[in-house]
Amino acid sequence: MGIEYIGVFQIIVGVIGRFWPVWLALAIVLGISFFYKKKLGLYGQLFDSGVGIAGVSICFFWLFTAIFASTIAPFDPLGQVPVMKDALPGAIEPGTQNIYFFGGDKLARDVFSRMVFGSKIVLIIAPAATAFALMVGITLGLPAGYYGGRIDSILSFLANLVLAFPVILLFYLLVTPGIMDTPIPYGLAGLFFLFPIIFFLTLFYTRFKNRPDRLYVLLGLTILLGGWVYIGLVFDADPLGIVSIAPNQLNIFVAVVFASSPGVFRIVRGLVMDIKTRDYVAAAQTRGETPWYIMLWEILPNARGPLIVDACLRIGYTTILLGTLGYFGLGLAPESPDWGTAIKDASRLLRSFIHPALPPTIALMSFVLGLNLLADALREQSMKD
Amino acid sequence: MLTFISRRLGTMLLTMLCLTLVVFFMVNLEPNLRKLSISQLDMRSSDADIEQWLVKNGYRQNFFVRYGQWLGVVQKQPNVDPATGKAVPRFSYCNEPAEPYFGGILQGNFGCSTKFKTLVANKLFPALAATGKLMFWVMATMVPISLLIGILAGMREGSRTDRTLSVASIATTATPEYVSGVIFTVIFASWLGWLNGSAASATGQGLTFYNFTLPVMTMAVYGIGYIARMTRASMVEVMTQQYIRTARLKGLSFSSVVIKHALRNALIAPFTVIMLQFPWLLTGVVIVETMFRYQGFGFTLVEAAGNNDIDLLLGCSLVSVFIVLMTQLISDIGYAYLNPRIRVQ
Repeated sequence: MGIEYIGVFQIIVGVIGRFWPVWLALAIVLGISFFYKKKLGLYGQLFDSGVGIAGVSICFFWLFTAIFASTIAPFDPLGQVPVMKDALPGAIEPGTQNIYFFGGDKLARDVFSRMVFGSKIVLIIAPAATAFALMVGITLGLPAGYYGGRIDSILSFLANLVLAFPVILLFYLLVTPGIMDTPIPYGLAGLFFLFPIIFFLTLFYTRFKNRPDRLYVLLGLTILLGGWVYIGLVFDADPLGIVSIAPNQLNIFVAVVFASSPGVFRIVRGLVMDIKTRDYVAAAQTRGETPWYIMLWEILPNARGPLIVDACLRIGYTTILLGTLGYFGLGLAPESPDWGTAIKDASRLLRSFIHPALPPTIALMSFVLGLNLLADALREQSMKD
Repeated sequence: MLTFISRRLGTMLLTMLCLTLVVFFMVNLEPNLRKLSISQLDMRSSDADIEQWLVKNGYRQNFFVRYGQWLGVVQKQPNVDPATGKAVPRFSYCNEPAEPYFGGILQGNFGCSTKFKTLVANKLFPALAATGKLMFWVMATMVPISLLIGILAGMREGSRTDRTLSVASIATTATPEYVSGVIFTVIFASWLGWLNGSAASATGQGLTFYNFTLPVMTMAVYGIGYIARMTRASMVEVMTQQYIRTARLKGLSFSSVVIKHALRNALIAPFTVIMLQFPWLLTGVVIVETMFRYQGFGFTLVEAAGNNDIDLLLGCSLVSVFIVLMTQLISDIGYAYLNPRIRVQ
């Protein structure tokens, strides 16, 4: 039984058609943003430059693709249809008459659906890991830059220690299957996930110390929410069963946070050392504000510009790191549809088939490109101020 | 200056000590030791066999004693066969003296590779030489191209050349080696057939344009964008300086202003960036060598890590940490040397 194929033009139209929820959401969001751009502050200013519009569109495109993945993808990313093994792009699947737009891979899975579902994994882990790295880096970088002296020496030494590790060696040591039998990933997770809670507790305490009515509500909420997520993620013992994470994903998460937080630490430390010489910091010191109030409410808001730019770049870099992990087959399950794993599988067979390799590579490249363009536009805008 | 360098070297030694201790701890975790012994025995070994192998080869000694032995500050005891009472080497492919001795890193003894069944030094240094060739060609292509792009983009800020080159360099920073490697292989090896998609023959038959271009290109592309952007930023800053305006007002041509006045000052910052690229290149080396099957340092590291080859992995991490710290030191000294405004206390 022969497999029927559709033409190149039909593939292009078909793929564009499959992405319809994304186009719709993109049109709505970009339309609204463009219309109200004057009121949207820094985000609105992005729409003044071509680079900014391109960056925002690409990032939103992948965000919506991740959200609507199950609507867009015609097939199950893990489902195998034996006839479609190594099928060329545009092959029609005989059973359901659906189309393998980008062909099938060596295990007869739909490359297009895998690419779409891969975005889901990448867009959950990369931003979340970056957020945790930012929290760790900020919470440690602020005192290091502000106090200087011994705290700074010790923390900087530790940061340089991690930075001196080649990333790939770090991953090979931290993300091997065997390490899940030891308490190391859980210990590190327990340590890293503590930082956001500490950060927000200090943030609220320093601000509302003299206003108990607000303070207790905020502190209570932080402990409740933070503790809930903490128990769910670290001990996998969420009483409600909503927050949970597979052990291997936790391991990846921890490794990525571990590898990227020293970078954030160095940036925050540098920014703080620069900002702490400003007059408004001296004014706050004269008013008798506590050091942590000055760090969190005077210095940090004024360091936000470079930090936002860095966060954008860092999400891109984290995506690349995740891809590296996938490429070396570390951490993620071998059948996982994430882009790095897909690139690894396809690049081994480049001599015979090239079509399974291209969609994940282009997807990864375009997402990171979108983030880099966004960061570049943000930097331009913040320089104008 | 001398005190600065000696203090930095002291910190370096401390960092290396800490890092090797961490690596030593990680490779000696129970699951990793099991992996090692299974790879040395066979898949169906019982727990008792594994335990016996580990005890026999000294993996069950105190952690710090073993770290000291690796370092060369604690004596290594000969491995005595209980049946005959004679000393036999732990691994038949590595010689071992029959009496207690100091044999560690400090004595220049890197140990014994269980994966490649030879001395670590025999495996590691040829691999480093192979990677050195790769690095040389990457640097030789990456540095001139990226400096050129950066200078062209930065000399007239906001022009069309600037915009185009900037977007191009952003695009290259968004293509990690495993992405560009796949794309280049598809284009140049599968479609056009100009280049070889594997560098495996480079180890035996020597480097040729045919087998070595793809790895070099793949590695260079990721770095070009970053260096070019830094050069551009530095160039843009220099071009707004007073002395550039003075030179222009004196009536010098634009090209002579750029070449004689701007260039030298604009190249100080990229120097640091280029030196600090080495840690990134190390990761790139691992990816590219795995992808194109080139038997260099990265390939060795992956093999060592995949098989938990303890001594080889420690050797690899020692070398890579040394490279990272050394380049940092050189970049700091070089920066102070190039920029007369900076003086190290």
